[in-house]
Amino acid sequence: MKAVHRLPAPQGLFVNHEQSIEFKFEGCTVKGLAGDTIASALAANDQWLLSRSFKYHRPRGILTMAGQDANTLVQLPGDPNCLADRTPIEEGLEVSAQNYSGSLRNDRNSLIGLFARFLPVGFYYHAFFRPRGIWNWWSRYFRSKAGLGVIDQSISSQDYDKQYLFSDVVVIGGGPIGLQAALDASNSHENILLIDDQPMLGGSLNYSRAGKVAADDLLRRDQLVNEVGSRANITVMSNATANGWYADNWLSVISESRLFKLRANKVVLCSGLLEQHALFHNNDLPGIMMGTAAQRLIKLYGVRPGHRAVVLAGNDDAFGVALDLHDAGVEVAAIVDYREQESRDPRAVAAKDLGILIMNGHAVYSAIAADRHIAAVEVRKISGPGECFSGGTPIDCDLLCMSVGFMPAYQLACQAGASLQYDDDAASFSISGLPDGFELGTDTRTANFPWPIFAHPKGKEFVDFDEDLQIADIVNATRAGYENVQLVKRYSTCGMGPSQGRHSALPTARLVAKATGNTVAETGVTTARPPFAAETLGHCAGRSFYPAFKSNIHHRHVEAGAKMLQAGSWYRPAYYGDDAATSINQEVLQVRKSVGLIDVSTLGGIDLRGPDAAEFLNRIYTFAYAKQQPGTVRYALMTNEAGAVIDDGVVCRMEEQHFYVTATTSGIEAVYRAMLRWNAIWQLDVTLCNMTNAYAGVNVAGPGSRELLASLCEDIDLDKAAFPYLGVRRGRVAGIPALILRVGFVGELGYEIHVPQYCGEALWDALMEAGKHSGVRPVGIEAQRLLRLEKGHIIVGQDTDAMSNPMELQMQWAIARKKDFFVGARTLAVLERQPLQRVLVGFCMNNGAEPAKESHLVIDGDQIIGRVTSCAWSPSLEKVIGLAYVTPSLATPGSCITISTGGNRKVEAQVVSLPFYDADGLRQAL
Amino acid sequence: MKILHCPLNGPRNIAEFTYGGEYHPQPSPDECDDRSWAEHVFFHDNPAGRVIEWWCHTASSYWFLAERDTGSDRVLRTFAVPKNAEFGVDE
Repeated sequence: MKAVHRLPAPQGLFVNHEQSIEFKFEGCTVKGLAGDTIASALAANDQWLLSRSFKYHRPRGILTMAGQDANTLVQLPGDPNCLADRTPIEEGLEVSAQNYSGSLRNDRNSLIGLFARFLPVGFYYHAFFRPRGIWNWWSRYFRSKAGLGVIDQSISSQDYDKQYLFSDVVVIGGGPIGLQAALDASNSHENILLIDDQPMLGGSLNYSRAGKVAADDLLRRDQLVNEVGSRANITVMSNATANGWYADNWLSVISESRLFKLRANKVVLCSGLLEQHALFHNNDLPGIMMGTAAQRLIKLYGVRPGHRAVVLAGNDDAFGVALDLHDAGVEVAAIVDYREQESRDPRAVAAKDLGILIMNGHAVYSAIAADRHIAAVEVRKISGPGECFSGGTPIDCDLLCMSVGFMPAYQLACQAGASLQYDDDAASFSISGLPDGFELGTDTRTANFPWPIFAHPKGKEFVDFDEDLQIADIVNATRAGYENVQLVKRYSTCGMGPSQGRHSALPTARLVAKATGNTVAETGVTTARPPFAAETLGHCAGRSFYPAFKSNIHHRHVEAGAKMLQAGSWYRPAYYGDDAATSINQEVLQVRKSVGLIDVSTLGGIDLRGPDAAEFLNRIYTFAYAKQQPGTVRYALMTNEAGAVIDDGVVCRMEEQHFYVTATTSGIEAVYRAMLRWNAIWQLDVTLCNMTNAYAGVNVAGPGSRELLASLCEDIDLDKAAFPYLGVRRGRVAGIPALILRVGFVGELGYEIHVPQYCGEALWDALMEAGKHSGVRPVGIEAQRLLRLEKGHIIVGQDTDAMSNPMELQMQWAIARKKDFFVGARTLAVLERQPLQRVLVGFCMNNGAEPAKESHLVIDGDQIIGRVTSCAWSPSLEKVIGLAYVTPSLATPGSCITISTGGNRKVEAQVVSLPFYDADGLRQAL
Repeated sequence: MKILHCPLNGPRNIAEFTYGGEYHPQPSPDECDDRSWAEHVFFHDNPAGRVIEWWCHTASSYWFLAERDTGSDRVLRTFAVPKNAEFGVDE
């Protein structure tokens, strides 16, 4: 590290001259100031080389100092591709350069640049597609050469989160126009949010020079910022990037590790202008930068950008740059002005008065390098658009500032649906077609030099620095037939790099226009889409709101050693204990032989009341409910208009006009919504209410359940005759008001007790206490599913798919034939006339055979004839049982089916009649 | 994120709604032939232009209808399901 380029205060608005910070770049210790970015601190220490370019590994340095280019991408320990001109330095931070082999100074891969003429645009498309498969061989080599930073895969977790914001008016951009827009809005609107991506408000007023006197800009800035600060209804967000516009003014705003989702009634976009580069031979050398980049270095960071500068002018801002350089002690060797006409801007006059050489009608034709930095420029007289007379003047310099034109930072407006127009006279873009509630504060009318493009026989006049694309690459793309700017982008990859066409869009549009004989306005630019700046995966993945339900009995399950799993949005106990197989088998046998408790709080429940309640259920479910007696329960099977089974449950008739129906845990939301939609059409006199979260439920199952319940229930006669199978009663269990359903949920004598949800734990405790002496134990969802499989009960969604109809499921018994109508009836009538395609059957496997798994295929020779939907070892039957779809010809009990269990393995299974267990249903009716 | 105006709850984020598909009245199951029933169940017009669609405000389980231009993705109006009334696409 050589000379230190630090300028004293007041230069360096962002830095604290009193507080130094040490960090490392490529292993060397670097001293910076608090408030420095990595790039500014390195520049202060004469380190201009920051990176190697993507394709040719050319040396690159500061271009914009605004985080708008890929030249400054560096590697941090846990973070690749960080913008060195935006990332603040920290004590001890270890920064390294990217994309080189050997050292940053002597990158072995820079030899690739020598072969540039053999690597034309579209090279990969042309070169590596023949012979077939050759790409796989080449890609290993390219993979090692491609890419920039390195991902640290050992990285520990980081915190990211999200926040919602609402604003009356949001102003994007804290520059002079944004500040004024916020002030204007604050007079007539309730609250204003001002979003700025810099650490300090003021935008260009902080660094540029609009007039002869440098201090004028800062005075104006202070006035505006103080006024904004005094308005109570303006909130300022600094260091925040408005990164995307979505429908109805929904904006994503990123600040540090937080993603804000902002809804605004009105957006005022004041995101300013992006300075554009000039095209000439070697225009990418370190030391060549935008005029505003040099001004930012001087005024924001107190860094002298060079010793001897040349300013390339296409507009009058160049003179402001020259004056600032002069004030910072940089010798301005010349101002090379493209324009023939001498400028009468006060800044131009001031520059001339200082004795600075102004060369009108001249261009920088090429830059000459020494030691990976600009050492001189060759200046030639312009003979026509993009052309020069031969014979140039070399001017020694270590800094070239380009002030040749601007492009409005239009990205958010284009995301919002606006379109760009190019004004061929002003050589700049304007925007129209903004949606309602979106205004533009930015003055898009800037004076640009129309053709700052000077081709060179040796090329290397870079259009796109990210992708190392030169003038010839763009022109050749059009010659290859890609004449549309969208196709040029995809063929040449122009604008696809990290800077997303911020600098390449305008020269590409100009070059394509010229090559195709169109105007720039006709050529246009490629579509802008979110995000504006890079977003990390952390920002997208960061904390989200995932609602999950826990039953009132949840803690008791955890205390009892349950393994909890998520079923839909509910937590449910899978099984109790450490070993899954042992626990599940024990729980199954407990229910079959004694008594077990299953938490069924998660089952859906819907209350229906009204004169048309029975008619409504008749239309929704396949069964008939009009003649159902109060105090009884009936099975309920729901089909959609296509005749497919979509849910099942039971219907309890409480009173003539009052029903309570249950639905599956995962189906309840959709069932309830479907019911409401049908009634929006039918408009029957019935009121529906989803009671799922209002009740907790416990299923007391097993031969000992009557005895257990009797010890806690005094006001219901539990005798078989008084409360038979498929009855429903109201009463009290352990003093808790309860609804009790006698259903064959798992095929044993059992009672399903529904109580107010807040009483769930008390009910559970009472049942556990009362069953202590008889050895009652909790039973999890795995055992419940197995118990139900033993009874041949289907699980909708596991044993059914989107096309399963009741005939395929052998559930014709659940269809009421005398009804006029139910939702699926018309389709089922058509299907019943057609031959069955498949049938869900029960099967058993010989002991010792490899058990099949869900989704294993049922095969016949090389034909797939079905699939397994459920399969498990049945502790009650002591063999493997399952359900599978098979062709109807194999559905007869006794048929033999073959199941492919992966690889070339096959097992045989026998089709049996359902249910597997207690075929006559005697046990549930005990 | 789009805002949808729920006739019951006012303007809400579209993430709060469930889409219910294009509205088309069920033909009489007793009178229509198999072909027209199948058309009703399985075929949808999916036009580029104005359609009436089902939308449900998920949090309140409220179903309503929306008229939307699928070409511009603009919602032109939202309204409660009328009582036994005929309604169609506004021309």
